[in-house]
Amino acid sequence: MIEIVSETRCISCNQCVKVCPTNVFDRSESGLPIIARQDDCQTCFMCELYCPTDALFVSPHDRPAATLDEEELAGIGLLGGYREQVGWGKGRSPGAARDATYLMFKEMQKKAGH
Amino acid sequence: MGNLNSYNNKAASLTLEADVLVIGGGPAGTWAALAAAAKGASVVLADKGYCGTSGATAPSGTGVWYVEPSADKREEAMKSREALGGYLADRGWMKRVLDRTYANMNDLALAGYPFPLDESGNRYLRSLQGPEYMKLMRKRVHKAGVRILDHCPALELLADDNGVGGASGIQIKNGEPWTVKSGAVVIASGGCAFLSGALGTHVLTGDGYLMAAEAGASLSGMEFSNAYAISPAFSTVTKTAFYTWASFYYEDGTVIEGAGSQKGRSVIARTLLTQPVYACLDQATEEMRLWMRKAQPNFFLPFDRVGIDPFTQKFPVTLRLEGTVRGTGGIHLIDENCATAVPGLYAAGDAATRQFICGGFTGGGSHNAAWAMSSGSWSGEAAASYSAKLGFRRNARELQGLRTTPVEKAAGARESQVKAGAPSAQEVIAAVKREVDPYEINLFRSDARLKQSLGRLDQIWREVRSGVATSGADVWKAREAASMAATARWMYASALARPETRGMHKRTDYPDIDPNQHYRLLAGGIDDVWVKPEPQPALPAAEVHAG
Repeated sequence: MIEIVSETRCISCNQCVKVCPTNVFDRSESGLPIIARQDDCQTCFMCELYCPTDALFVSPHDRPAATLDEEELAGIGLLGGYREQVGWGKGRSPGAARDATYLMFKEMQKKAGH
Repeated sequence: MGNLNSYNNKAASLTLEADVLVIGGGPAGTWAALAAAAKGASVVLADKGYCGTSGATAPSGTGVWYVEPSADKREEAMKSREALGGYLADRGWMKRVLDRTYANMNDLALAGYPFPLDESGNRYLRSLQGPEYMKLMRKRVHKAGVRILDHCPALELLADDNGVGGASGIQIKNGEPWTVKSGAVVIASGGCAFLSGALGTHVLTGDGYLMAAEAGASLSGMEFSNAYAISPAFSTVTKTAFYTWASFYYEDGTVIEGAGSQKGRSVIARTLLTQPVYACLDQATEEMRLWMRKAQPNFFLPFDRVGIDPFTQKFPVTLRLEGTVRGTGGIHLIDENCATAVPGLYAAGDAATRQFICGGFTGGGSHNAAWAMSSGSWSGEAAASYSAKLGFRRNARELQGLRTTPVEKAAGARESQVKAGAPSAQEVIAAVKREVDPYEINLFRSDARLKQSLGRLDQIWREVRSGVATSGADVWKAREAASMAATARWMYASALARPETRGMHKRTDYPDIDPNQHYRLLAGGIDDVWVKPEPQPALPAAEVHAG
């Protein structure tokens, strides 16, 4: 579930408010997005991909997590790590172009005896 | 063709006119919108979430049933699942889907999807990464001039004596109603996964099934609705294919014999009834590990974030219900245009039945993706043609809402239609989930259990009919609850009407396939649910053997 909107990283673009498929975020009076309905989060990680400043963190758990430390997560590359893998963001190229599914499928066919 | 007129009849409420309204903005909905727009139609696309991130495809990735147009390859592709599907699929539909998917995937390459190159330097078009695919589809839909309404769930269809002519719903962001009057409507709102937490399925609550049934459309194949996917117990990420390389273990570390991602899924389910099951992808080679990461980065998110190496460490797994999202049941189609029996109403993607290409076996992954883009395109084109034929009459219709369940502060209503003391949406949803989630009812099916469960679901439905309470700001959740209850009833009524084991529908009391039940089942009805064999089933004369 979504756990962190980093106030230091967030630039109040409110892209997360816009793209969340389950309407978890609200724009607050200060302009910063807030996690208004965490219960509605489906842990799909899409907000992280659309955040231009890697200010969001979705915990992999399907229920609220214990307190998380933003500095620590940033330190181990988890803030924005998924966006980097998907190849979104300035100076990156789409990871879809490096999709190795064809190699997997080949092996899978051997394994399944197709 | 008509113009896209927008006018406000009161502050922030929204009324639009269009040739075609598409409900749902996942793969099927976006292809439908593109196809309708290409025919010159004005199009509105309304998504409950956000077109581009909504649904099961966007956060994930999918194989695509893309087969080169060579006779041998096509024959092999069509044959591969016929027996698994219990011979309920249709070669004509399969051929058309293969043709359309081939064309659409090449169209997607032209539109700029960054397909990878295989070792021979050829573009590999059998797989799509969800975020990239759906971002591109939104861009294309937008560029085609389609008006996109995000966070706008539909609550009901509008119709007159001549058929469906639009829909209305609520704008989640401001709580105000929206209405779209259109010549035709395409329902592409996905299947129903009963809020099981399977990746990306929170918006997939069967809303389109209920709306279509309220308009008088039938459903088909609703007994093939009990797909379960493997995921880590703590996480939403369902990617069952990767578990091809997994071994499954009891808590004490001994291997669970017979457990597997494909045929051994019931062994996992049976074990989960009494104890936890652990998995480890220890059959993946070093090479495979790298390929997996490049194929589906999302698969590794839960592991990387909790610090588990899934290739060397055991982790607890569970099975999450994917219902009709990976099942094959859905709105019944009466022709190749993806029309329903109701004039002006079309269905595509997981909202529609996928039996034509999958029979009763899962449409998961590649087949559903191919079906979504093919049926999406056909329904969009047909809806545009239908609307064009209506011409000016389109705008002069006296339309009525078809909703059968009262909603608090519904569009246009002055006060709540829901009585005090009505169950909350959360309570109804929890009650439905108690009937559909358990493996002992839904996976290992039997006459007695299905009947008892259906009895409880009928009671839930009676309560839903008198009204479901919500906090007021989230009235659409009452419709989600109603849709889930309705879907569950069609599922179990259909499951009871098929006393045999065929495709994914497994009856413990009838463990064999019965050649006398070689037909598709139709279902429908709101208060009185009915199920009957499809009349004049044009099914392949297949040799059907027990087992």
